[in-house]
Amino acid sequence: MSKMNLKVNGKQYEVDVDPSTPVLWVLRDHLNLIGTKFGCGVGSCGACTIHLNGRALKSCQLPVSAVGTQAITTIEGIVAEMGELHPVQKAWLELDVAQCGYCQTGQIMAAVALLKTKPNPTDEEIDAAMTGNICRCGTYIRIKAAIHQAAKSSTK
Amino acid sequence: MEQSQNNYSRRSFLKVSSLTGGGMMIGFSWLANLVPNEALASAATAKEWIQLNGFIQITPDNVVKIFNPNPEFGTNVMTSLPMMVNEELQADWSKVVVEMGDYDTPRFKSQFTGGSRGMAQAWKPLRTAGATARLMLMQAAANEWNVPVSELTVANGVVLHKASNKSLNFGALATAASKLPKPEKVELKKTTEFSLIGTPQKNKVGKDIVSGDSLFTLDYKQEGMLIAMAIHPPAFGMKLKSFDATEALKMPGIKAVFDIQVYKDGYTRAGFDTRAFNKLIAVVGNSTWEVLNARKKVVAQWEPIETTKEMVAAWGGKKEETVPAGLESTDDHMKQMYAMQQKPGKILRKDGNPEAAFAKAKKVIEKTYSAPFLSHNPMEPISCFAHITDEKAFFVAPIQIPDMMKQNIMANLDIPADKIEMKLARMGGGFGRRAYGHYIVEAGHISKKMKAPVKLIYTREDDMTNGIYRPSYMVTYKAAIDENNNVTAISIRGGGIPEGAVHENRFPAGVFENYIAEGWDIPSNITIGAFRAPGSNFIAAAEQSFIDELAETIGKDPLDYRIELLKKAKANPVGKNNEYDADRYIGVLELVKEKSNWTKKDKNVKRGVAAYFCHSSYAAHVVDVTMKNGQPVVDNVVSAIDCGFIVNPEGAKNMVEGAVVDGIGNALYGGMRIEKGAAVQKNLNQYRIIRHKEAPKNIDVHFVKNSIDPTGLGEPPFPPVFGALANALYKATGKRFYNQPFINDLNKG
Repeated sequence: MSKMNLKVNGKQYEVDVDPSTPVLWVLRDHLNLIGTKFGCGVGSCGACTIHLNGRALKSCQLPVSAVGTQAITTIEGIVAEMGELHPVQKAWLELDVAQCGYCQTGQIMAAVALLKTKPNPTDEEIDAAMTGNICRCGTYIRIKAAIHQAAKSSTK
Repeated sequence: MEQSQNNYSRRSFLKVSSLTGGGMMIGFSWLANLVPNEALASAATAKEWIQLNGFIQITPDNVVKIFNPNPEFGTNVMTSLPMMVNEELQADWSKVVVEMGDYDTPRFKSQFTGGSRGMAQAWKPLRTAGATARLMLMQAAANEWNVPVSELTVANGVVLHKASNKSLNFGALATAASKLPKPEKVELKKTTEFSLIGTPQKNKVGKDIVSGDSLFTLDYKQEGMLIAMAIHPPAFGMKLKSFDATEALKMPGIKAVFDIQVYKDGYTRAGFDTRAFNKLIAVVGNSTWEVLNARKKVVAQWEPIETTKEMVAAWGGKKEETVPAGLESTDDHMKQMYAMQQKPGKILRKDGNPEAAFAKAKKVIEKTYSAPFLSHNPMEPISCFAHITDEKAFFVAPIQIPDMMKQNIMANLDIPADKIEMKLARMGGGFGRRAYGHYIVEAGHISKKMKAPVKLIYTREDDMTNGIYRPSYMVTYKAAIDENNNVTAISIRGGGIPEGAVHENRFPAGVFENYIAEGWDIPSNITIGAFRAPGSNFIAAAEQSFIDELAETIGKDPLDYRIELLKKAKANPVGKNNEYDADRYIGVLELVKEKSNWTKKDKNVKRGVAAYFCHSSYAAHVVDVTMKNGQPVVDNVVSAIDCGFIVNPEGAKNMVEGAVVDGIGNALYGGMRIEKGAAVQKNLNQYRIIRHKEAPKNIDVHFVKNSIDPTGLGEPPFPPVFGALANALYKATGKRFYNQPFINDLNKG
C-alpha cells in the first residue's frame, strides 16, 4: 500500500492503495465515483472511459501509480465542470439514446473527448474514435446522431 | 369504455417514509419503500407518501410517484409501464416520478422481464391501478365539495368541478382518497381516447443514466460491505477437488477463502435454477483489486465429474436430466450433430405424406444450417449484493424474474419466504442471462459465512466461461419440387446441444400439404439458457434463408413468394395448431415491401428480406449490404413490426434498432468455441461483439397501426435479422451463408 495524491474532477484526494491498482477501482471502491463502469477489465469495452488531461482513456488499464499530477476527469466531473448537463449529455437525452444505460457514461466520455479535438466530426471520425466503446444493446445509431447534434449545438 | 374488474386489495392507509441522501447509501433511495418507521420518519428529510395502491404514492405537496413493477434491463419499462398507469391516473406526466418496485410480486401481480411479456401482462392491471386511484381521488373531491363524481373532470393531476369552479390537486386529495373504499369496478379508456399511451416519451431515468448516477447492482455499497469473487472450475466436466489458500490469505485486505456448495445435494432445480458449477471457491476481502489479486494465489485441484442425474421440475413436469461426464469440444459437437442429422429424429409433426412427395419429386433441395454457442455478455458483469442476518435476507439483485428465485433461496439458503427482501436494481443488460439467478444464492452463502454484507462480483471472464449459453444448433431444411416447379413437401430435421430449436407449428407449417418436422437433443455438461428469442434466433435464420433459396430455385421474388405462401396458409391452412396469424405476417411483409421500395429494382443495391413470428409479435426486415475490402457494410435496414398497440413509440423504435444491431452482430461475429471442456473466448478482446463502425448506417422502423392489445417487442425483431442479412450477403457475394457466425465463411472467401 502507498499513499498517493490524485486530482480528480478538480479536487485533490489522498488514497492509500496498492500502486498497481487500476484507476477504475480507485474511483469506484475508494472515491465512490461509480459513474465509471467496470465492463471487461482488459481495455476492450470502454465502459470505464475517463479523461486523463482531457484525453479519453480506459481506466481499467491505467495503474494509479502512473497518474502522478495528471488531471483525471470522470463523468461526475463532466457535469460539475458545466454546472449543468454537458451538451453531449443533453444530446443523449434529446435523442433518447440509452437502453440499459450501462455503457453510456463511457460512450459520453469518449464523445466529449472526441469533440474537443474534432468539434465537427464526420461519421468515419466518430466510428474511429468510438470503436473502443461497445454498446451491447446496440444504440450505435443514436449515439452517432447525438454526437452530431452535440457538435451542432456547440458550434452555434 | 372497457370494463375492468378491480383486483387490487388496497392495503389499509399506509404512510411510507422516504429518506433521501441517507448516510451510507449512494445514489439509490434504498429506503424509499420500507415499512413505516417513526424514527426514520422524523428525520428532517422525510416526506410523507400516501399510498393509493401498490403502484401509486402521492405526497400532500403533490408529488406523484408511480412504481414500475418489472425489472429493467434496457427495454424501457421504467417509462412505458408507468405510462400505462398514468394514462388512467391522469397526473401531470412531466412531473411524475418513477421508481423501481422492490421484489413484491403479490403487490405488483407480475414482475417478469423475459419472454417479451411485460407489455401484455401489464396492459390491463396497470391501467386499472391508475383508474382506481383516479376514481378514489375524484370521490374524495366529491365528498369535500358535496357534489356528484359525475360532475367532476380530471386533467394533469387536478380534479375540477366546473360548475362551482373548484379545483384541488392530487396531493391535497390523497389523504382523504386513501381512506375511501376501493371502487369495485372501473372503466378503462378505449385506445382512441388515449392521450399519453401511444405518444413518444423520453426515458424517465435518462438523466440518471447520462450523469452516471448509481443505478446498478455493481454500484451498490453499504457500510462494512466486503467484496467477494468466486473461482469456478476451468472447464465444464470438471469439479473442485481441493484447494490451498495459504498464499492468498497472506495478501493484503483478504478476509477469508472458503468453498461453497451452491445447491444442496438432491435439490430439485426449477426452470431458472441452471448453474454450471455447484462447488466454488469464494475469496473475500476489502476491495475489488485486492480480491482480484489474491484469487490468483489460490492453488486449486480440479477433477473430472462423473455422469450424474439431476432432478428438474420445470415447464409443467418433473424429469431427470443427465449431466454427462467428459471434456467436450465444438469440433466434437459438430460431428455429433451431423451424425444426428443422418438418421430420423423424433417426429414432432407430420401432415400428409411427405415420404411419397419426396419420392416423386423432380428435384429436391436440401440445406443444412448450424450455429455455435453464444455468450450473452450483458455489459454489466454478473453481480449480487447479499446481507443475511437473523432478521432477514436482504439482496440487491439484477434478476429478470425475482419470484422464480424464491424457492431456490428458501431451499438452499434455509431462509423462510417472509424474510426475503430484494431490491431490483437496474440491470446493465440481460438478454436472458439474468433469468438465471444462481449468483443470488452464491452471494447469500458467502454473506452467511462471513456474517457480513457482501457484494459478489463476477469478472467478465468469470461470466463468459460460466455457461448458460445460447445452445449450439443444427437443422436441415428439405423441399420437394415437382415437374411444374411447385413445392410439394417440406421436411425440417434439427436439434441442438443440449436442446433443439425446431418450432414444428410455425411457418412454413400450415402451408404445404406434405410436411414433416423432426427433432433431437444431445446431452451436454455445458449449461445453456434463454438467449433473446430462444430457439427462434437460430431457426428463423435457417428457415428464412431456406425460403429465400427455395424462391430463387423456383424463380420467384423472395418477398412475394413469402406472401404467396402465407396467403395459401390463410385460405386453406394445412394441419392443426398452426401458431401464427397469416394476416399479420402478410401485414409486416406488405409494409416492409412498401417502405423499402422493394419493387424498385436497383442493381447496385444488394438486399435481403426475412420475416418471423415469435412471442406473439411479427417482424420483417429488408437489409441492404455492400462489400468493402471484403467486409460487409450494412447501408440500410427497413423494419416493419406488428406488436399490437405501441405504448411508447420512442422506446419501441429504439428497441427495434437495438435488435437489428444485435442481430447483425451475432449473425456475423457471435460465437463461443469450446475446447477440452473450456470456453475458448474468455473476454471481449476474444469474443467479438458488434462495434460502432460495423453497425448499420441507417435503420428505418415502421409499425403496423392497429388496436390489438400490445405484445412483446424485446425479442421478436431479433430473429429475422439473421435471415435478412444472410440473404443480402448472398446478393452481395454470390454465396449463401449456412453457418453462424457468417464472418468465418466470409473470410474463407
